[in-house]
Amino acid sequence: MRDLASGSARPLVCLRDASVRFGSVQALRKVSVDVQRGDFIALVGPNGSGKTTLLRVLHGMLGHEGTRELADTSVVQAMVYQRPFVMRLSVANNLRLALWLARVPRGEWAGRAALALRRVGMSELGERPARALSGGQQQRLALARAWAIQPQILFLDEPTASLDPTAKKEVEALLAGFAADGMTLVMSTHNLGQAKRLARRVVYLDQGEIQRDLPTGAFFGDGAGARADQFLKGEMAWQLES
Amino acid sequence: MSAFAESVRTAVELIVHADPVLLRTVGLSLSVSGTATIFAAGLGLALGAWLAVARFPGHRMLVLLLNTLLALPSVVVGLVVYLLLSRSGPLGSWGILFTPAAMVIAQTILILPVVAALTRQLVGDSLRDGGDQLRSMGAGPMTCALLMLVHDRWAVLTVLIAAFGRAIAEVGAVMVVGGNIDGITRVMTTSIALETSKGDLPLAMALGIVLLAVVGVVNTGIGMAQRGHGSALAGVR
Repeated sequence: MRDLASGSARPLVCLRDASVRFGSVQALRKVSVDVQRGDFIALVGPNGSGKTTLLRVLHGMLGHEGTRELADTSVVQAMVYQRPFVMRLSVANNLRLALWLARVPRGEWAGRAALALRRVGMSELGERPARALSGGQQQRLALARAWAIQPQILFLDEPTASLDPTAKKEVEALLAGFAADGMTLVMSTHNLGQAKRLARRVVYLDQGEIQRDLPTGAFFGDGAGARADQFLKGEMAWQLES
Repeated sequence: MSAFAESVRTAVELIVHADPVLLRTVGLSLSVSGTATIFAAGLGLALGAWLAVARFPGHRMLVLLLNTLLALPSVVVGLVVYLLLSRSGPLGSWGILFTPAAMVIAQTILILPVVAALTRQLVGDSLRDGGDQLRSMGAGPMTCALLMLVHDRWAVLTVLIAAFGRAIAEVGAVMVVGGNIDGITRVMTTSIALETSKGDLPLAMALGIVLLAVVGVVNTGIGMAQRGHGSALAGVR
């Protein structure tokens, strides 16, 4: 793997010919994708298509063949997982920990933590033990933790998959707000409605390869292609087994 | 009166009358095993956390060795420390054989594998749960492992209780390196061994009951702290 930093006119992340193999499984095959500033990309595709692997590669968390270029060395990235991991600390201390790890000056911690909690509607919960929060609140804390470090790009791995409809709606509203503020988001999801509602661009993966990379309107119009169309109609699993 | 009932009565009398010899012996037991637990915690938590994230040739072998050392016989530890600290041994110049310091060293070596092996397992399990998230936030491998010690602090405390329990209940190592010298290196377990060898079984049993009571009080205190934490987690405080 090569990680390079170059001029700011380039995409935030530029991935070229990325391949990842886990034992005998080829998780990604020569995937190339650019993440532009202000993008909101939804990665969709059947189980095992390589969505999470691509997210981790884009985030720089996973070794791979090919190259990954960042627009510049100071690009701040964050990632939110399907099941957020929160430390057995108070909500506020979870935020302070994130700020410490991101090397944010100590003097800014209190202000940033308070703003982040307000952003996700949890101002009153700062002293609550994070593990005592509901699943939806923990996901909002994970989003606050990510937002607090002011990332240029936020990766989301099925952020609403384990949430009830109310919590799902709250998280979607937050993501829409982040995107409106100009944050770049790359999100894997199985929820096609969510992709349609939130994303500006849809990347369809199948068997470790990008099959389609289109604006959302075009993808959900008639640009998806045959296999993606099967996926959209929910026929993919049946087709794979046949 | 049965021997057991007499033992209980003797134990109660020893405690109620605050027998000075008993208090001195209990005090030395607690200080030797407590100090050994602190040293083993310092070394073992760091070693266990490091082993949970380090990958190098021989890593598996080292983990296997550490797990094997969980069954380390205390008398063997005593023998090794005795050989090291005896006048002709490499550390003989320290002149600490048959002192509480030697007993602390022996017990530290005895319980270090307990702390390190259980910590490695604990941190490894937690890293599978949240290691990716912490790394994505910018934490390096060792930082992740140390953060997991904070995350799992109550489980870590249980590991340390287990280590303390192993230290305070062992007799072989402290007998060999301490010599069971009255008023200097005599602890609860060596007292029990002595009284048993003298045939005073009720007193030996009574001392055993006192030992259990002392450890029980320590564990109760820690357990109350843990329960308090659990209540806080449930938002009931």
